[in-house]
Parts: sequence; C-alpha cells; structure tokens
Amino acid sequence: MSADALAPLAGPQPDSAGHFGRFGGRFVPEALVAALDELDGAWRTAMADESFRAEFGGLLRDYAGTPSLLYEARRFSAKVGARVLLKREDLNHTGAHKVRNVLGQALLTKRMGKTRVIAETGAGQHGVATATAAALFDLECVVYMGQVDTERQALNVARMRMLGATVVPVTNGSRTLKDAMNEAMRDWVANVDETHYLIGTAAGPHPFPAMVRDFVRGIGDEARQQCLDLTGALPDAVTACVGGGSNALGIFHAFVGDGDVRLYGFEAGGDGVATGRHAASITGGSAGVLHGTRTYVLQDADGQTLESHSISAGLDYPGVGPEHAWLHDTGRASYLPVTDDEAMAAFELLCRTEGIIPAIESAHALAGTVTLAPKLAAELGREPTIVVNLSGRGDKDVHTAGDYFGILDKEQ
Amino acid sequence: MSRIGVAFDKARADGRALLVGCMPAGFPTVEGSIAAMTAMVEAGVDVIEVEIPYSDPVMDGPVIQKASDIALAGGVRTADTLRIIEAVAATGAPVVTMTYWNPVERYGVDVFARDLAAAGGTGLITPDLIPDEADEWLAASDAHGLDRTFLVSPSSTDARLAMTVEHCRGFVYATAVMGVTGARARTSDAAPTLVSRVRAVTDLPVGVGLGVGTGAQAGTVAGYADGVIVGSALIRCLLDAPSEAEGLAALRTLSAELAEGVRNPTR
Repeated sequence: MSADALAPLAGPQPDSAGHFGRFGGRFVPEALVAALDELDGAWRTAMADESFRAEFGGLLRDYAGTPSLLYEARRFSAKVGARVLLKREDLNHTGAHKVRNVLGQALLTKRMGKTRVIAETGAGQHGVATATAAALFDLECVVYMGQVDTERQALNVARMRMLGATVVPVTNGSRTLKDAMNEAMRDWVANVDETHYLIGTAAGPHPFPAMVRDFVRGIGDEARQQCLDLTGALPDAVTACVGGGSNALGIFHAFVGDGDVRLYGFEAGGDGVATGRHAASITGGSAGVLHGTRTYVLQDADGQTLESHSISAGLDYPGVGPEHAWLHDTGRASYLPVTDDEAMAAFELLCRTEGIIPAIESAHALAGTVTLAPKLAAELGREPTIVVNLSGRGDKDVHTAGDYFGILDKEQ
Repeated sequence: MSRIGVAFDKARADGRALLVGCMPAGFPTVEGSIAAMTAMVEAGVDVIEVEIPYSDPVMDGPVIQKASDIALAGGVRTADTLRIIEAVAATGAPVVTMTYWNPVERYGVDVFARDLAAAGGTGLITPDLIPDEADEWLAASDAHGLDRTFLVSPSSTDARLAMTVEHCRGFVYATAVMGVTGARARTSDAAPTLVSRVRAVTDLPVGVGLGVGTGAQAGTVAGYADGVIVGSALIRCLLDAPSEAEGLAALRTLSAELAEGVRNPTR
C-alpha cells in the first residue's frame, strides 16, 4: 500500500456539501453538525498531511496485511466461463475490507482528541474491525447490533467482547442493522464531545460517504495495478456486492475513469425483488432520506422505511451509500439483484472449486459474476476478464451456511 | 404575524411562557390521539405539537419511539395525520407539526405544505432538516404561509446559530441538552446560555425542549424561555396507564401541572 491511497478527492463528486448529484448531503439533527464539520476538517487536513498518510499506509501494510492478493481462480473460472480474478480482501486482518476503513477512522479519532468510538454492525464484521482498531489505539468501544443479528452472528459478538468492546443488542424496530444505526446516532447526539461515530460503510451524512470511500479506495488502486501486471490489460468488468456499499465503492473508484471497464454492483435480492422480501435498495427502492443522507431507500408510500431481508446480515440494510445512487443514475455502474439461493449456490461453488469459504456478502458478487460471465462473453465474442471483490471470508457465516445446506449436526 | 407568533406575544404580555405539548399522531389510535390532544388543550396546554410517526426517529428517545411504533403498527398514514391536525386545530389551539423529513419528501413537499395549511397547521418543526438542505421547504413554506422551526443546539457555532435563526419563522426550537427526547431528572445548564445566544440574534420567541417532565421543571425553563416544550412525559401518561380513561386522566393532571408551571416562572 502506497500513500497514494489517500490522494486528494478525484473528480467533482461530491461537492463541498457532500452532494453526489441529487444524493448525499446532511439530513441530521443540528446537534451533530458541529461534529460533522469537525470530522470533515480533520479528514481533509489529514489527507493533506504526509505523516498521516505514511502512518495509515504503514498500518495497512504492517498490521492489516495489504496489498491483498489478486488471485486467478482457475477452477472457478472454468465453471463460470470467464477469467475470474479474486481480490482477496478476505485475507486482510479481521477477515474483510472493513479493516481499511476502521484504521483510517481510528487514526482520525486520535487526531481529533476523542477517546471513545461507537459503531453499528450487522454481520458483526465491522464491529469486530472497530473493536480491533479500538484495542490497537486504546479507545473505548461500544458496538450497537440488532438483537436478531446478535443471535445469528454469536461468534462475532464473542470476538468483539474478547477485544474489549461493549456490545449492545438493540431491541427497537426490526432489531437489525438499520435499528443499530439509529441507536448509534442517538448515542452520538448525546456524547458527541468525546465520541466518534465510526460508521462502517460509505453511507450516512457528509463527510462519511466520501471519507469511507477514500479509506477503502486502496482496494481498487491495488486491483487495477495487479490486473495490469497479471494480464497486461484492464479487466472487462469489476463486480462487488452492495449493502451499504463500501467494498464496492472501494474497488470501483479506481476504475470509474476507465470507460471500457464495466462496473457491476450486486444487491441482496433475498427471496426475489418481486416478493418484497429483499434488501435491494437501488433495484427495488426509491429516492428518499435515511440515516442522514439522500439515497435509494426501501420505503412505503408514506416514506416509512421498510424492513429489508437477506440471508446475509451484512447486506440486510434498507439503504445504500449515496455515491452508488449517483453512479446508478448516471449509468456508470449497473446494479442487479442476486437472490439468497443464487448467492448460496455461488458460495458452495467457490468452496468446492477453490477451497475458499467466502462471506455470504461476497457470495452475492460471485453469483452475479456467474450470471454475468456468459452474457459478457457473448457480447464481447471472447472470454471476459472479471475482477471480483472477495470482500470478506466466511468464518462468521459458517452457522448460517451450515443451516442453509442442512449440514449442521443438530445433536451436537 | 403567524398564529404561533400571536400566541407567544399574548403569553409574553401575560408575563408567562407558552406550554407546547407534543403527541405522535395516531397514538394510541387516530381517535385516541385526537381525544388526548383535545384533553391537553382543555387542561391548559397552549400549543399542540403533532408529531408524524416515523419508522426511524433518530432524534427521539425510547418513549416517543414506542408511541410512534404503536401508531405505525395501527396503520396510521400521513393523510390521517392531516385529519388529526384539522381536528385539533378546531379546538382553537395553534397546532404545529413535528416531522422527520422523509415522510414530507415522499408526500411531495409542496403538496404537503398545501394540505397542511388547508388542515389548519401553522408550520413544521424539522429535527433532521437543517436550513442547508431545505431549499424546497423554504419555497413551499413561503408559498403556503407556513412557519418554519429549525433546531438550534448547544453545539451550534455562532455563525450556524445566526444562519439557522435567520431561516426560522414563528419560533426557534432550542434543544436544551445534547441528546434525544425524554424526560430527565434535572433540566439542562446549557439551555439558558443557548437561549441568550438566540436572543442576541433574533426577536423570535424561543421554545426550549428535551428533558422537561414536571411542573417545577417547566417553571424553571419558563424563567428564561418563551416556550416550554414537553413530549415524553405527557406520552408516558398514556403508555403507562392501565386503561385509556385512566391515561387521559393522568394526561390532564400532568398538563395542568405543567400549565401551572409555565405561569410561575422561576427567575
């Protein structure tokens, strides 16, 4: 990882108030504006500071284990009909791309002189990453997690507690990620002086979407160079799963200016978008305001947020980062739904062909790639090269997957 | 001058603060909320703040969220809220609406403003809409003659406070504490300072909310503010009651205590 991962914002988006076209911005209680301004200032100053960039780059290299590998998955490729290159973010410390974001934000927390971080988590991956960074930087850490998710991700709850974090099960609303985010916002409003809200994805009020993107954009910078080194050319397509969308933005960002590289975000289609039981905010939602930003939201005719559904706790969120909403509107990226069943079929395929157990989130990107490959091959008249962001590993999902495949021994 | 402004002026002339009582629309039912708000007016609440129930009320504490959840589970719609506002406005008390932004945007900002004005509403309190993002609402509220109440906070800088107040009409809502709604054991030390900072930049009346739950606390806040805003404590009367009748009785008792409080400011 070079310090270039923190090069100044590329392009005109967002504007200075955090708008990506008609999306983004700040829809927050006035009480939070001062903290958001402070964060915006600290982030911009830090990005321009060589010592910050060097410290961040050093942590990514020596602690997180990046650059992550770009691995050519030959047996998976043969099944799919495309040259599939996996960006192995699952090999990072804590097992996902999320460690990049938390290290950046934890460094900023220190710079702002704050002593406490709070976070929300769905699958627990961001909670584990936050608890990890908090331990490393000696910060108090409180993680809000929907009660439903604490049950389906018990192992990650234990991990967070081992790392010294307090995990607070949220019993409001649907008791999933969205409600955990509400609770974290409330905590922040009440404790903003000493607390940084370490948001886990490229969503929320400005500057979070742009800041988180810039902390994870190393994924794409690395992958772009690695692909050139490996194949001598840019890929035909880059794919990633999209919940809030931080891993997708991270890998997309370096390719946005490469007009020939197609960008695909695969949303959690749950039981199928037509059934209403899904978490596909762009495919099945509409423009609205949720959690401090204007973006695509699952909502009813009155603007009440609808409950999302996905087999993946990490994608089970009724909104999406505003930059994705903008990339969708401008047509630069395509967003398509992947059902639970399709994701789990791809999950199994990767396990059996490559000996890699992916996070169920990442299995959505794999499933989308399986569907995309023959279409792209037909269109291009040759075997396409597709870079897939394998955003996380599946250890945390073993129980869910075991349950899905019916391979858990219930007697034990 | 807006109807709220007239009410504040009258209270000021009487040497007292205005009591604003908040209740989610449709809690516990549409008819039940009309009965509750009417009871509050009869017991001495000057202004009724009707909150549109919302699925993700980040500025609210557990009491208001629970009441909102009950209203939403009962199927209350934005259209019902407008009907409730119309019924409560018929009591003669000014009605101000508190709403998170998404329900308004979804309804259509200008259409909502038109329908709210037609229902007799005086304006909106917008906890998650700051003037920076409010162009559409500024235009719609101008077009339909509605008040705009944005929040100011102890953490607002002088520049933001001046900018926010500049965009307010009717009254300014000063959040007394850094935190969410909900009655607290003691009121805030930050509130008097915040109110004096607002007074330095505007003649608009200042209402103070967050944390007030007793007549004595209302009296304390009335000592330095033009309006005392109470929500959670009033809502709890209905939430905690074993029956609707007992809930309404408790609501009347607390409303009267608070009304007495704002008439006896502690200075």
